[in-house]
Amino acid sequence: MSPNPAVFTPLLLASLLFFVWSLYRKLSLVALGRSGYTFRGFGEGVREMLLFAFVQKRVLRQGFGFNHLIIFWACMVLVFVNVEFLVNGVFPALRLAALPDSIYVPIRFLSDIMSGLTVAAIVLALVRRTVFPPYPEARTFESYLILSLISLHMIAYIGVSAAEIALGRERAEAFMPVAAFFAKMLAALPEARIEAVFNLSWWLHAAALFSFITVLIPFTKHMHVFTAIANCFLRRGEKPNTQQPEIFETGRVFGAGRVDSLTWKDLLDGFACTKCGRCQNVCPAAATGKPLNPRQVVNDVRVNLLANGPLLKRGGVPTVPLIGDGGEGSVAEEAIWACTSCGACMEACPVFIEHLPKLVDMRRHLVEMESKFPEELLNLFENMEQRSNPWGIAPSERTKWTSLMEVKPFEAGATEYLLYVGCAGSFDSRSKQVTVSLAQILDAAGVSWGILGKDEKCCGDSLRRLGNEFVFDRMARENVALFKDRGVTKVITQCPHCFTTLKNDYRQFGIELEVVHHSELIKELLATGRLKMNRQVKDLGRVILHDSCYLGRHNDVYGAPREVVSTVTGTAPAEFERAREESFCCGAGGGRMWMEEQTGTRINHSRVEEALRKNPDTVCVSCPYCMTMFEDGLKDRQAGQTRVKDIAEVVAEGLRPVQ
Amino acid sequence: MLAIACIKQVPDTTQVKIDPATNTLVREGIPFIVNPYDTHALEESLRIKDRYGFRAVALSMGPPNAEAALRKALSMGADDAILCSDRCFGGADTLSTSNVLAAAIAKIAQETGEEVGIVFCGKQTIDGDTAQVGPGIAVRLGFSQLTLVDRIEELDLANRRIRVRRKLEGRYEVVEAPLPVMITAVRELNRPRYPTVTMRLSAVNASVKVWTNEVLKLDVNSVGLKGSPTWVSRIFSPERDKGEIIGDGLSDPVGTAHLLIDQLLAKDMLAV
Repeated sequence: MSPNPAVFTPLLLASLLFFVWSLYRKLSLVALGRSGYTFRGFGEGVREMLLFAFVQKRVLRQGFGFNHLIIFWACMVLVFVNVEFLVNGVFPALRLAALPDSIYVPIRFLSDIMSGLTVAAIVLALVRRTVFPPYPEARTFESYLILSLISLHMIAYIGVSAAEIALGRERAEAFMPVAAFFAKMLAALPEARIEAVFNLSWWLHAAALFSFITVLIPFTKHMHVFTAIANCFLRRGEKPNTQQPEIFETGRVFGAGRVDSLTWKDLLDGFACTKCGRCQNVCPAAATGKPLNPRQVVNDVRVNLLANGPLLKRGGVPTVPLIGDGGEGSVAEEAIWACTSCGACMEACPVFIEHLPKLVDMRRHLVEMESKFPEELLNLFENMEQRSNPWGIAPSERTKWTSLMEVKPFEAGATEYLLYVGCAGSFDSRSKQVTVSLAQILDAAGVSWGILGKDEKCCGDSLRRLGNEFVFDRMARENVALFKDRGVTKVITQCPHCFTTLKNDYRQFGIELEVVHHSELIKELLATGRLKMNRQVKDLGRVILHDSCYLGRHNDVYGAPREVVSTVTGTAPAEFERAREESFCCGAGGGRMWMEEQTGTRINHSRVEEALRKNPDTVCVSCPYCMTMFEDGLKDRQAGQTRVKDIAEVVAEGLRPVQ
Repeated sequence: MLAIACIKQVPDTTQVKIDPATNTLVREGIPFIVNPYDTHALEESLRIKDRYGFRAVALSMGPPNAEAALRKALSMGADDAILCSDRCFGGADTLSTSNVLAAAIAKIAQETGEEVGIVFCGKQTIDGDTAQVGPGIAVRLGFSQLTLVDRIEELDLANRRIRVRRKLEGRYEVVEAPLPVMITAVRELNRPRYPTVTMRLSAVNASVKVWTNEVLKLDVNSVGLKGSPTWVSRIFSPERDKGEIIGDGLSDPVGTAHLLIDQLLAKDMLAV
């Protein structure tokens, strides 16, 4: 059958109506989400969209991402000819061919090249998905269906063009190498057969387009062609390195136990996900056999919304639980607790899906509404509330480390910096040595500093990441009041968890502190010449540098520790295979420090083995949790000859007088 | 039926120091907590409430600030909270404390018109460590006393009997008694629940009833300092024996470990 507007037009109209209706039905469910997402502004949104949706900066971080970029841009170019195809199908008189050569020929040329490139890219994608899938479960019917339909669409397009060339109806023939190649093969056929090829290709092309509109976009992950672009446009202005506060009033619900307690942006994330698996490939929990898979979490949110959405819209109660046994549409409790909040998933996501806020919201629901959490956490919660430290040690022991040296109390005006020692630095015997080293460095550089002593309280980082927002809220308010009362403005921390909490979380509670991590301050002191080394540090041998998640990924401090190690040892530190933005968590973040790790293998073992592959003598860390995890991991691996040193200890080595 | 948990607000003893000059406790700036054993007593009363539909009441005697402990009980799920607080109750030893609490328990039964089934107490407090108040209450109320309970084996309401396991040194003892009973809880009895935020918020506005001696109408000579035959002559920290370092753990860890095991076996601190 030749192209026939009487058949094509009603089919097109029906498809378009169905497309709009089904997309509306799904995307309108996003409005069920709560507010609580701040949009950075139109101009910046457009910039992010261009950079990440159209130039695909993050997609390209992975080598194979280039293939995706080709398919994307081919589709962008082919939008022209597809629109022409649809218009032409309804009004045969309206054709691109009516345009002057100067416009027509370049369009035909570009489209021809792009269609050929797309077929090649799709073949590559099919081979890759089959032979080297991005993740083991990636060989889905959905993925193959999408790839097949794109190639069918392209092949049909080439078929139409080739037949037109063979029939002598294409004036841009000389500029269409791909179609011309196939036209040569058709040339031997009788004209009626070529006409039949034309008709068949034309209707196949139409069928492929209709299935995109009616099936692929509304019902598969191919919806991302719209939603992923929207997600890039909606990228948050600030890094998702903190959680949103809650308002504690009776009658409210806390956290997310139902899908409509998540923000609307969380719900949109579900539709923006293309299941590329980058998040699951970098997740420390997923890599060590825990039941958490960040990709699955996002998928569960979407499935749950689709299952419960229509009911919720009518004011009903959801039937599929958001937190449940881990069946599709429900996230298992064990998965929720497995997260280390390292942020690798969010750093890897090409379209800025935010996994962590969803998980913390679910933790909040479990802790605050149901009082359900791993039993180890009960002690932690009680200790934090009663003694303001994770171990439940008497607060009067906070200053024990000062017995070796003279330490001034912080006094506004008299001392410039508050050294916020932190719980590990105050109570943990290994970290107390780091505190002493840091104090020596500060004194050697003539920095004016003091401590709060017994009045110092825990910052509450673990509580917030664990979803105990109620107690965190109280601790944050107490600390902010204390800082304000004492006139604290500049703070030094030796723990990235204190660092991020004081710097980013406390802002929500009304204080803007100038917080500096000790690695940054030491870098500054060395660079300005205020801190002078007595000797070059050689005894530590080969030093490898581990990036702490809350210093690096969450706060973008990568350069300072490297510069410090380079300066004091005279050589740049060795690097992990996964370093900087790609650094792999030690396993202790997100409150995991206080939980057992019984499922799968241990995260710290994985990181220790990665370190040992580089044969270091010393692993340099800048976080007390990383310190514990590395020391424990090295002991378990009986790699006793490798030491773990905090960056302050590395520097303090250089302060020892020359013999 | 009523399940009454007696709780006491105590100074966080890990933070208490003794003033060497005056030999008294330095209480300044020391936070108060609910006596840890009492949290197990409270938890058990709430479990009895959840399982058998008892009405759970938390009871305390102390200064007005002890209200915080009762508010915590309310946030965990107690139906009612009563604080016996009066100047004349001050300076009480275990005897006069038992007098007040027993009278209060009798009054709760009278006011609610319900029978007291079980009174739960912690096995002892961490500040006084006498373990006398629970039994004192039982005697005054004529209840059977089941001390050091680590498990409730069976509560048979139809026959008004309870069977519990007592955790004694080196052995357990299973005993049965007719209701009403007074039970003292050891840590192993349960894991206290963590209050939900919803419960905490509603506890903020719930009322803690304060009963003075005008309500309890006890003889002033039987309560507080006047009713207390005990007096404290001196408080001091015992000197601890210095530990002994055996072997050389650094150069011979294996040999030293063997040495340590031998000595522990010899002192009967390890069993093969």
